[in-house]
Amino acid sequence: MSVGAWEAFFLVILREMRLSFRRPEQLLQPLVFFLIVTTLFPLGLNLQLSLLRDMAPGVLWVAALLSSLLSLDSLFKGDADDGTLEQLTLSGQSLTVIVAAKTVAHWLVTGIALVVVSPVVGTALGIPTSAFATMMLSLALGTLTLSWLGAIGAGLTIGVRRGNVLLSLIVLPLAMPLLIFGAGATDRAMSGTSVAGALYFLAALCVFTCTLAPFAATAALRITVE
Amino acid sequence: MATAPDGLAVEQVHVWRGDRHVLQGVSIDVHPRELVHISGPNGSGKTTLLRVISGLLRPEQGSVRWQGQSIVRSRTQYQAALAYAAHEPALKGDLTALENMRFAVGLKRRTSASELQAALDRTGAGGCADLPARVLSAGQRRRVSLARVLAMRASVWLLDEPYANLDAAGSAVVSQMLQDHVRDGGLALVVAHRDLSLDCAVRRLELKP
Repeated sequence: MSVGAWEAFFLVILREMRLSFRRPEQLLQPLVFFLIVTTLFPLGLNLQLSLLRDMAPGVLWVAALLSSLLSLDSLFKGDADDGTLEQLTLSGQSLTVIVAAKTVAHWLVTGIALVVVSPVVGTALGIPTSAFATMMLSLALGTLTLSWLGAIGAGLTIGVRRGNVLLSLIVLPLAMPLLIFGAGATDRAMSGTSVAGALYFLAALCVFTCTLAPFAATAALRITVE
Repeated sequence: MATAPDGLAVEQVHVWRGDRHVLQGVSIDVHPRELVHISGPNGSGKTTLLRVISGLLRPEQGSVRWQGQSIVRSRTQYQAALAYAAHEPALKGDLTALENMRFAVGLKRRTSASELQAALDRTGAGGCADLPARVLSAGQRRRVSLARVLAMRASVWLLDEPYANLDAAGSAVVSQMLQDHVRDGGLALVVAHRDLSLDCAVRRLELKP
């Protein structure tokens, strides 16, 4: 009996989750990177708490973007190296569904983890607890958008040696709106002003990439595989 | 050129790799119950031809048709009927043999653990079912990849060096698999450096460097 698209989607997510949890160091590396980078700022700059608070949203977001980017390089590369990408391509399922499932799985194991540890980092940077909800929501939207953008970049850079540098060059300029509005939302929440505008913009970007990025990433992957 | 509406038709396929003209107008019709042995020296384009036929590589000229339709146009139906075993066994080292089977075959058709285990048993890899693929030997990995082909129950088999890394017993299993597949109405294209001594008709396609 043939397998439906949703069934294939969840099967690929299950495969990716299982692979991730068999290699816990790959899960922990971006998180530890996130924690260390955010800790380095206050140590290196010897700031007053008030100044640190002003910088906190920017520091938090730059660290989150970079640590999320760390793991994006391996989104398709592992499968391309061991030949399983060919098997996925020839599975009879839409490659777009497979790419979408892999990207969502990537976000579930890296993006969500960043969101969960962000209050720890927020506390260290002096972000008030009243801004945590906005910070976490904006990070959730931002990391999901970044996973989608990264899927396009990862598809394009599979065959490139030192592809992670090229991947950063492709993805980081596209991630600038995320940084501006993500850090902006947290900043506004800290000062008690309305965060709706920034969050709506992040949500719109997220919907935009969720809708179009799977197709773009599939096209990128096909070009590279062929 | 006559097409093969019930089978696979490769028509005047040309592929260049940079300045090198790897496939120079290869044509072949393969019908159900036929087995084609693709041979030729290293670098003659055997794997490239299999990749073109699988749809992984688009030729610069020429086309591949399955049941009369271009495989680009009928990609989903064609891939559902296709089992491709590349030279690389294509297993995730961190997953067990059975999990590798489940995630690859499960995208093609609904299957059960007992069915996958039976396929592994048939290729002699039953004992490796619960071992991570990274601890398996090259021969065992090959057997798992052949079990995957069996479990897919596809009508078109594209096998790249299926005898590589196998001992005498493993080679006998591959030969038996191929004979049974052809007898059951399937078609197969097999890249192999050795002679195929099978109890079924084998057509030979010799590629020139």
